[in-house]
Amino acid sequence: MFPYEKYLRFSKFPHIWCTGCGCGIILKSILRAIERCKLSKNDIALVSGIGCSSRTPGYVDFNTLHTTHGRAIAFATGLKLAKPALKVLVISGDGDATAIGGNHFIHAARRNLDITVIIYNNHIYGMTGGQASPTTPIGKKGSTAPYGSIEPSFDISGLAIAAGASFVARATCYHIVQLDKFLEKGFMKKGFSLIEVLAPCPTYYSRPNRLGTSVDMLHWYKENSIPVEKARTLSENEKKDKIIIGILEDRERPEFCEEYKKMVERIRKA
Amino acid sequence: MAKQNVNVKLMTGNEACAEAAIVAGMRFFGGYPITPSSEIAEVLARRLPEVGGIFVQMEDELASMATIIGASLAGIKSMTATSGPGFSLMQENIGYASMTEVPCVIINVQRGGPSTGLPTLPAQADVMQARWGTHGDHSIIVVAPSTVRETYDWTIKAFNLTEQYRIPVVVLLDEVIAHVNEKMVIPEPETITIIDRKRSTESPDTYQPYKQNDLDIPLFADFGTGYRYNVTGLSHDETGFPTNDPQKINALYSRLSRKLERYQDQIIEYKTEYLEDAQICIVAFGSSARSAYRAVRLARQQGIKVGIFQLFVIWPFPYKILGRLASQIKAFIVPEMNLGQIAHEVSCAIKSDVIKVNRVDGSLITPNEILERIKNVSV
Repeated sequence: MFPYEKYLRFSKFPHIWCTGCGCGIILKSILRAIERCKLSKNDIALVSGIGCSSRTPGYVDFNTLHTTHGRAIAFATGLKLAKPALKVLVISGDGDATAIGGNHFIHAARRNLDITVIIYNNHIYGMTGGQASPTTPIGKKGSTAPYGSIEPSFDISGLAIAAGASFVARATCYHIVQLDKFLEKGFMKKGFSLIEVLAPCPTYYSRPNRLGTSVDMLHWYKENSIPVEKARTLSENEKKDKIIIGILEDRERPEFCEEYKKMVERIRKA
Repeated sequence: MAKQNVNVKLMTGNEACAEAAIVAGMRFFGGYPITPSSEIAEVLARRLPEVGGIFVQMEDELASMATIIGASLAGIKSMTATSGPGFSLMQENIGYASMTEVPCVIINVQRGGPSTGLPTLPAQADVMQARWGTHGDHSIIVVAPSTVRETYDWTIKAFNLTEQYRIPVVVLLDEVIAHVNEKMVIPEPETITIIDRKRSTESPDTYQPYKQNDLDIPLFADFGTGYRYNVTGLSHDETGFPTNDPQKINALYSRLSRKLERYQDQIIEYKTEYLEDAQICIVAFGSSARSAYRAVRLARQQGIKVGIFQLFVIWPFPYKILGRLASQIKAFIVPEMNLGQIAHEVSCAIKSDVIKVNRVDGSLITPNEILERIKNVSV
């Protein structure tokens, strides 16, 4: 049994998450990856915004910062630049990171700041009661999309790649072995790393859309996911409505803290 | 050959603000360009790397405010600079800094508003936004210098205040002070007082980030130094974790507002001139105070018994002090480049009407405009 108690603030339990929520699955994966990376609890800062996943900092024994809606990455930027030795992790949701916090998300990726952002994508605003988010698929219902969403949804990983992130991976709450590895790679990667995880929200996404239980959602992820290597051999039509999982980007790009340090050294020599 | 005094410089208010912040120990600036504050960012973009500090241009003012709070949590003195529209965007996280008691300084070079308003012209229209811009009852300190030298001194004091009380401090400048070049005698470093936040020496095992103490000001611990605590904008208890317990919620909000009430006598500063025998009192701040001083001296030459009360600290507002003056003063005149924001507070303090001198056309109030009002007062 993995020693989760080493990292959890058990005194803060019970947590606020619903039965069948993906938040716990992803949190356990994060803790396993932290253990394998041999990161010290004192050196980890976990930053979040507002939403279900953003309540995670209260439950884990790190330097924890629960901020305002959408702004976690901006807070994390100050923390990381001020103390580059900190391993700064950001937990966010699809609404938090790509609607209200979209600007901070793309700019941190563009700067290629050495932080790891984990976005729990459940296609809905869970905390506030099931309103449509920027990743609610066309036709799917939310409390503010009672006739089905008519807006195209964001490709969160694609957004990070286009903006300049060093490392981008996508997994689901079913593909937990892969998720462990992606998180481990993301934590150790120099530069901006994004791990997007599709997560079930049985209360506010599955129920109004008649998608069954959380277990049904996990089965759905299993049946509809395609590894990125295989996806490269398929036509656009064959990939339609499929979840492409795997390491979508892994490249070397100049990292912001290091570039700043180099600039300081350069002007001090001059 | 005459000895040259290297400590005398010609400087603008924006330059003085940036240099003073470095003297105060500020080593992290996060900001977004906006007229008429941009020179503060420009000076710091050049200067901070030289002194081992961090300058980062953020994607907007929401992020600027967030990033300086993040840096301050790591233990570094931090600031941002902006103007009206950007100040509006910062209100969200100014509330967060107030709630979580993270020291930080916000420079707001005021312009006319609302909205884009008058980007290149002076105004003093953010008096109320500075106090009440973010939602909820909260503590905040607002200071308003009127000259380049005062800008230098009050920028340093702003850092001292935020470090000492763990309350965000807003420095209100305006376009005139920001851009006017004045002779500045730079004070000797040994004459400057620098205050740093009090840090906990307690064991991390027993440390509570918001533990009640005699001072009502909790002891700080830098992130990443072994104190693994939680910070949240939610109502929290002394341990830093969210709470819905009415008693604990009440204890938090009571202490946050008590902090400001309890220390207001130490925080409030002002300057008076000719008030001893005055029957008329001008209450002024910022650029308007410059014209007010001139008007008072001109009026005195004509034998009119008028004095001046210059506010350095606007919030907390000196209600009691002005209230005591009311027994001696027959008329209060309040010149300001807005439609009566400070006049309203003076009126509350003296429990009577005041004479307002207002301009919102992007022009300075002239000494003559104030002098005419002084002469029209029959005492």
